[in-house]
Amino acid sequence: MYFCTDFKDTVICSKMQRKTLVRILSVLLFIVSFSGIAQEEHAMEVKEIAPGEAGSKTKKEEIKEFINHHLMDSHDFNLFGSTDEETGKTHHYGFPLPVILWDGGLHTFMSSKFHHGESVAESNGNYYKLYHSKIYKTDAEGTINYDEKHHPTNVRPLDFSITKSVVMMLVVGLMLIWLFSSLAKSYAKNGSIPRGIGRLFEPIVLYIRDDIAIANIGENKYKKYLPFLLTTFFFIWFLNMFGLTPLGVNVTGNIAVTTGLAVIVFLITTFTGTKDYWKHIFDPLGDGMPWAGKIFIYIILVPIEILGLFIKPFALLIRLYANMTAGHVVLMSLIGLIFIFKSWIGGPLSFGLSFAISLIELLVALLQAYIFTMLAALYFGFASETHAEHEAHEGEVQHL
Amino acid sequence: MEKLINDFSFGLFFWQIIIFVLLLLLLRKFAWKPILNAVNDREEGIKTALDSAEKAKLEMQNLQADNEKLLQEARAEREMMMKEAREIKAKMIADAKEDAKTEADKMVAQAQAAIESEKKSAIAELKQQVASLSLEIAEKVVKHELSDKDKQLKLVEEMLGDAKLN
Repeated sequence: MYFCTDFKDTVICSKMQRKTLVRILSVLLFIVSFSGIAQEEHAMEVKEIAPGEAGSKTKKEEIKEFINHHLMDSHDFNLFGSTDEETGKTHHYGFPLPVILWDGGLHTFMSSKFHHGESVAESNGNYYKLYHSKIYKTDAEGTINYDEKHHPTNVRPLDFSITKSVVMMLVVGLMLIWLFSSLAKSYAKNGSIPRGIGRLFEPIVLYIRDDIAIANIGENKYKKYLPFLLTTFFFIWFLNMFGLTPLGVNVTGNIAVTTGLAVIVFLITTFTGTKDYWKHIFDPLGDGMPWAGKIFIYIILVPIEILGLFIKPFALLIRLYANMTAGHVVLMSLIGLIFIFKSWIGGPLSFGLSFAISLIELLVALLQAYIFTMLAALYFGFASETHAEHEAHEGEVQHL
Repeated sequence: MEKLINDFSFGLFFWQIIIFVLLLLLLRKFAWKPILNAVNDREEGIKTALDSAEKAKLEMQNLQADNEKLLQEARAEREMMMKEAREIKAKMIADAKEDAKTEADKMVAQAQAAIESEKKSAIAELKQQVASLSLEIAEKVVKHELSDKDKQLKLVEEMLGDAKLN
């Protein structure tokens, strides 16, 4: 694919090899992420196929439903629920959240109107029903039509509700603002010496500055990207950590949230890209080669480069989503095992396992935030790199 | 994949972008900028403090070297002064000895001269007195001798005898 004939080409090739390495890694991680999802789904299927006793089947289905429900966003903040054994009714404890719909006009009401999907909510003459955590437009009776795959065919209005995930993002956002502005104030008060919780967070901030931003973007341009990197890291990390609490919010395991983050990364990369960055995409071999030779390679190479622009943030969003979702599924499945085994051996065993996985998840929460920030910084580094800097950098490396 | 697309909630995506961008702007203004500035200031402060400490150390070393040099110079000067003083002392003693000797010699010479002249005048006076005394004696003797005729004759004869002998 590359032709390293003379010295100048060697420089270009090493540059390209580095980028290719990153691309291959991205693709690999992407594939791994997908296989993770596949395994997950497979695991669920296995659970479904092996029904076991007649009594435990309902239990298993109940657990599966519970996990699926947990992974999804919800329109009310449910702290816990209990099912009445006699009547079979479920009592939910928590608080409702506002529902905001756009359906030919603005419809706002509290989610308590849905009664957790049990009744139809009416707003300005339209009827809505909650089905598997999603709002569908129905008639007054709440009929939902299904296609052959048992998917509802009802119209879904544009849903701008303040859901549980939105609430958690707001909570984390306020926490971050409170935490870090108080850290900033403590600097002003104590003469640049952190106090209290700042002692924990300052090294992390410095680590992100020195080992993520400066290391990947370079001394000259890192300042522009640093606020984004810091915000992203702490936002993801805190949300991940909240996901491990019994509140059970799975915000970073939601595809819409990770897509939002990746879109921002993509926009920043695209709009801060230097001339050399774009030149590298559309003319990766540079001027060291005659155009007649390049044109055949470019038929393959340029589309790959352009595809790479989108694959990079896409890999980011899938990786974070898959890792967090997988963690939640594994943890909740292990906890669910307690109710399936119902024995003196199975209970402690699944408790021990879920405890161990929880510890791993604590690490994963930090690791995923780190990886996301790290890769975002790497992409920013590519985008902001200019040719002169690059040459200088390569020169340094070669002299070493 | 279908599940993923089905799970995608545009509302959540919308809120996520809004919240995140707002959070980014607020944190940038109220947290990251002050924190990073404070950290930078502190790092700069530490760096300058280290630099000035290094400089102070160097200055201290210079000062010590200067002190040492000054001390050495002072010592050398003292040494020289002592040497000079010793020389002066020796010279003074030598001079004084010389002076004293010449003075003494002179005094001795003067004394000798005075003694010589005293001696000479004394001798002269003695000669004079002896002359006058012998004249008086001779007069008295002559007067006495010439008082009788016998004696005068005897004397003439004696003298004649002598003259004959001669």
